[in-house]
Parts: sequence; structure tokens; C-alpha cells
Amino acid sequence: MTDSSVVSITAVSKSFGRGTAAIRVLEDVSVEIGRREFFTLLGPSGCGKTTLLRLIAGFETADQGRIAIEGQDVTQTPPYHRPVNTVFQSYALFPHLTVEQNVGFALEEQRLPADKIRTRVGEALEMVRMQSFARRRPAELSGGQQQRVALARALAPRPKVLLLDEPLSALDLKLRKEMQIELKLLQAEAGITFLFVTHDQEEALTLSDRVAVMQGGRILQIGAPHDIYEAPTHRFVADFIGDINLIEAEALPGNTLQLAGGATLSVPHDARGKVTLAIRPERARIAAAGAGHLQARVVHTAYLGTALLHKLALADGGTFLLRQSNLDASPLAMGSSVGVSLPAENLRVLVQ
Amino acid sequence: MNIRRFPMTRGISLLVLTYLYVPVVVLVGYSFNANRTATVWSHVSLDWYGRILVNPSIQAAAKNSLVLALCAATAATAIALLAALATSQAFPRRRAVEAVLNMPLILPEIVVAVATLMLFVALGVQLGLGAMILAHTAFCIPFAYLPIRARLEGMNQSYGEAAQDLYANRFRSFRRVTLPLLWPGIMAGFTLAFVTSLDDFLTSFFLSGPGTTTLPVYIFSSIKAGITPEINAISTVMLVISVLLVSLSFILGRLRR
Repeated sequence: MTDSSVVSITAVSKSFGRGTAAIRVLEDVSVEIGRREFFTLLGPSGCGKTTLLRLIAGFETADQGRIAIEGQDVTQTPPYHRPVNTVFQSYALFPHLTVEQNVGFALEEQRLPADKIRTRVGEALEMVRMQSFARRRPAELSGGQQQRVALARALAPRPKVLLLDEPLSALDLKLRKEMQIELKLLQAEAGITFLFVTHDQEEALTLSDRVAVMQGGRILQIGAPHDIYEAPTHRFVADFIGDINLIEAEALPGNTLQLAGGATLSVPHDARGKVTLAIRPERARIAAAGAGHLQARVVHTAYLGTALLHKLALADGGTFLLRQSNLDASPLAMGSSVGVSLPAENLRVLVQ
Repeated sequence: MNIRRFPMTRGISLLVLTYLYVPVVVLVGYSFNANRTATVWSHVSLDWYGRILVNPSIQAAAKNSLVLALCAATAATAIALLAALATSQAFPRRRAVEAVLNMPLILPEIVVAVATLMLFVALGVQLGLGAMILAHTAFCIPFAYLPIRARLEGMNQSYGEAAQDLYANRFRSFRRVTLPLLWPGIMAGFTLAFVTSLDDFLTSFFLSGPGTTTLPVYIFSSIKAGITPEINAISTVMLVISVLLVSLSFILGRLRR
């Protein structure tokens, strides 16, 4: 464990169910989350991201491995003795308590003096701009307001880590965008490590300092949003995040790749045999028909405002997405034949 | 199809309602009859209500009924609460446990009453209020269990987790979150159990010892000596209490959903 990591997860495994019916939800997961980091667990439903969050919160116990918070081993510690707080997907605001009673709940459990509780509740509500709602009950609030109260309640005890379980998924798109910005500002203001769980890749890229992409109970790649997007290490990561073209190729000695259509590319690699090439739609270049590495025909064009997204049918079957800037003087016409060139510096070579 | 448009709906409904409630209406009506003979109407009077207020054996029976219902409903509600909390968690054979809990709703009461009597006699348990409380507690459990269980079912599972996440241990989390949220269900269950015990005749009849008559048993034994308007008056009082309590239980059950 390094000095700066707040949460340290080492070789954690977890199964649900017993015997032959057991389902492995987490498989040998290790990750270090740093101080004041906005760290996101990203993956499709069932990838184990929520289970990992619940293990850190203490609602589940790991079968194997070790979980430490601020250097303290908490693997067997019950949730009420862990210095973390959770913002639940359903918010889980107590319906029989007012907003201020909800926010003060943990402070009362910590036996803080009444005047201190009042001050801290006030501060927390101010942070999320909900002071004027202190006496209301959760049922009298809108979804966005409940979301803020849930945040205030989890921040009031000043946890070492704030755990957020898909907290924005219940909000409509506009509100979700607003709350994303607010979350980011809130994290800077509170100076607390945020561990965020989502299946929304765009949300993950926008908010996070670092992202861990999960699939089938494993972490495939950990990195800054830029690295995850530009340099995916796995086919799954490349496919899951944004639009991407995956092309089968054969790796030949001498830094050469041969495409199914016969064209060869010179790309530095150390692979052998079958590989997958990944390239983003905005990274491929348009070439004259007959030139470039791939030959295709435009079958559909979507107007995106700032750009055009062309769907191309490749000569040897399969489709290719190509993004053309709106500033480009000669937009591709539907049905026209076109060549596609793949700049070596924009290609990722994925093994498997 | 809109059932209200069906031509005979109104007529059939009235017929069914009449069929259901005519006996009760007649009983209530005759409780205000001045005539000594219960079936001959003379004029309106509250005499019989005055009579039951001063009749010492009715008072004793009423007191027994209330003590019995209070004790049995309290014990049954406590057991039902624990059972509901336990069965809200997943465990093997949970459905079977729930079926056993609700068994008293299906078992023929006469069989259980006779069986209980034989068991108590064999064990040397003295018949009377204590024996009745034991037996009533048993058959009141499902009546208390069902509303509590329904309330728990409708409760967000993450409330308990949220409380523990906010540093409340299991006990504090139960006291500060689960119990207050469950309270209307608990009261609804208690009220239903209370009414069930109050109205019970069979079990009480078999297990009542000397001097521990309950109201339903008293009504039964008085009727053997001939129907008096007094019986109409007591029955009306019991009817009103039951309807009020069941309504209360219904309202509590729907509270703050």
C-alpha cells in the first residue's frame, strides 16, 4: 500500500450462493484509490462494480482478499464502524425524518454535541444549497432535491471516502448534466475521495480522475479517461467506451500487419498471429476511391451538428464508422465509393 | 367491460348487501326495543343498554374479554414482529415457514380448540384466563403477522443499510429507522389480533374455567335461557367496537405508504 492511497483493495474475490449454484461476482480484484481522487468503477450491469462498492461500504463481506481504508484493515469491520458513507441509487432517505434530521442522523450516532450537530447540518445543507428545505420531509422534495439531501447526509460526517452508487441514474438528462458538474465542484470543495459507480461511459469520462473498466468480475483497465479512450488495452474496453472500429488482422514479423483484404500496414507491435485493430471514427482518414487501406461505400450518414458520422460498408463485408468534420469542404455523398486510410499512430493493436 | 354499465349490477349488489346485513340490522334495531320479548316491537328505548351497564356478570365477562384480548394481541404481535423480520430475509424453506405461521387461518378452529383442551388437561394446565391467553396468542399470530409483513415488504431494503452506513449499529438502526417505519403495520396487526381474540367463541368456550367467562361465551350461555333484548344490546356494542377497530387497522395499514 502506498502512502497516498485512501482505499486499498488487494486480491478480493466474492461469490454469491453456495455449492454448484455459486456465482463468482468478483475475481481477484486489486485497486488503489488515491487521496482526493474522483475514481469511477465503470462497466455494464452484472460486471461486479456495485458489489465492489458494497464490499467497501461493508454491506457484503469478501470471500478472499483484503480491504483497507487509510491503512486500517476493514475486511471484517461492520458498515457502522467504517469511515465511509454512501449515496444510494434509491437515495434511501428516511421518510419519517425531516431533511435536517436525515442529514444529522450520522452525527447523532457519533454522539456529537447538539450545537455542533446543528452547525454541521447547516454547513452540509448549504453545500448542496438546500438550507431552505431543512424542515421538509423527503416525500415533499423533487428527485433532484432528494439527490442533494442524500449527498449532504453522506458528506455531513466527513467520511474518508464517499461511495456513490449510480446516484444520477434516476434523474432526467438535463438534471443529470447539472448534477455532474455539481458533483465535481462538491468534491473539490469537500476535498474528499469519491468512489463513483456507473454504467454510463460518458459520465465516467466527464467526471473522473481515473476510471476502472470492469467486466465479468474483473478490472480490465485502470487509467485516466484520456488513456482509457485513446489507449484501450482490451477489446471490451475499446468497444464499451465510445464508438470504435474493430478490424481483424494478422500480425506478421517486422512490425507489419496484414488486413483481411490484403492491404498491409507498418505498425510497431510485438504480437503474433490474429490481432484486432481498433481505431476511433474520428481518427480514420478519407482517401480517394482505390487508395487507402480499406475500400468502402457510404451507406448512411448521420448529421451530428459539429460533424457527420458516416456508416460505411466495407468491400470485404463488415461496417466501418467514419467521422467527418463539418468544416470539411467536400462531404461524402451517400452511395459514393471511398477509400479509408488508417494512420499508424492512431491504431491500437489488441491481442486476443 | 365496465361492470357499472352491466344492467343488473345495481339490483344484484343491493340484493347481496341485504342478504349479508339484514340479520345484523335487525339485531341492532331490536337492541333499541323497549319490549321484554326480543321479537315483538313496542317503542324505542335505551333501557337495555342501561341494563348491561349495571349487570355484574356482563361486566365481569367484558373485563375478561378485554384482558384476554389485550394480553393475547400483545404477545401475538411481539411474536409476529419477530417472525416478519426473520421472514423478510431470504433463507432456505422460507415459504414453508411462512405457510406454517399462517396455518391457524386454515385449520378448523374446533379441532385446534379440542386439541388444545386435551393437551392442557393432560399437562395439568389449569383452565381459565391463563390457558385462554396461551391459546388465543397462538391463533392471533397470523392476524398480526400479515399486516406487519406487508409493511416490511413495501419498505425500501436500503433503509437499514443506510442507517448502518450512517454509523447506527443493528440495534440502533432497528430502533431509529425500521421500528418507526414499521409502526403503522405493527398497530394494524395488533388491532386485528385484538378484534380476533375479542370475537372468539370456540376456543374460549372450551378453555374457560369457572368465573372466567368472556363476552361471546356469556352471550351463548344466555341465549340458551332465551333470547333477551339485553343480548341484542351487548352484541351491538361488540359489533361497533369490532367495526371501529378493523377500520382503524385498515387506516393504519395504509398510512404513509
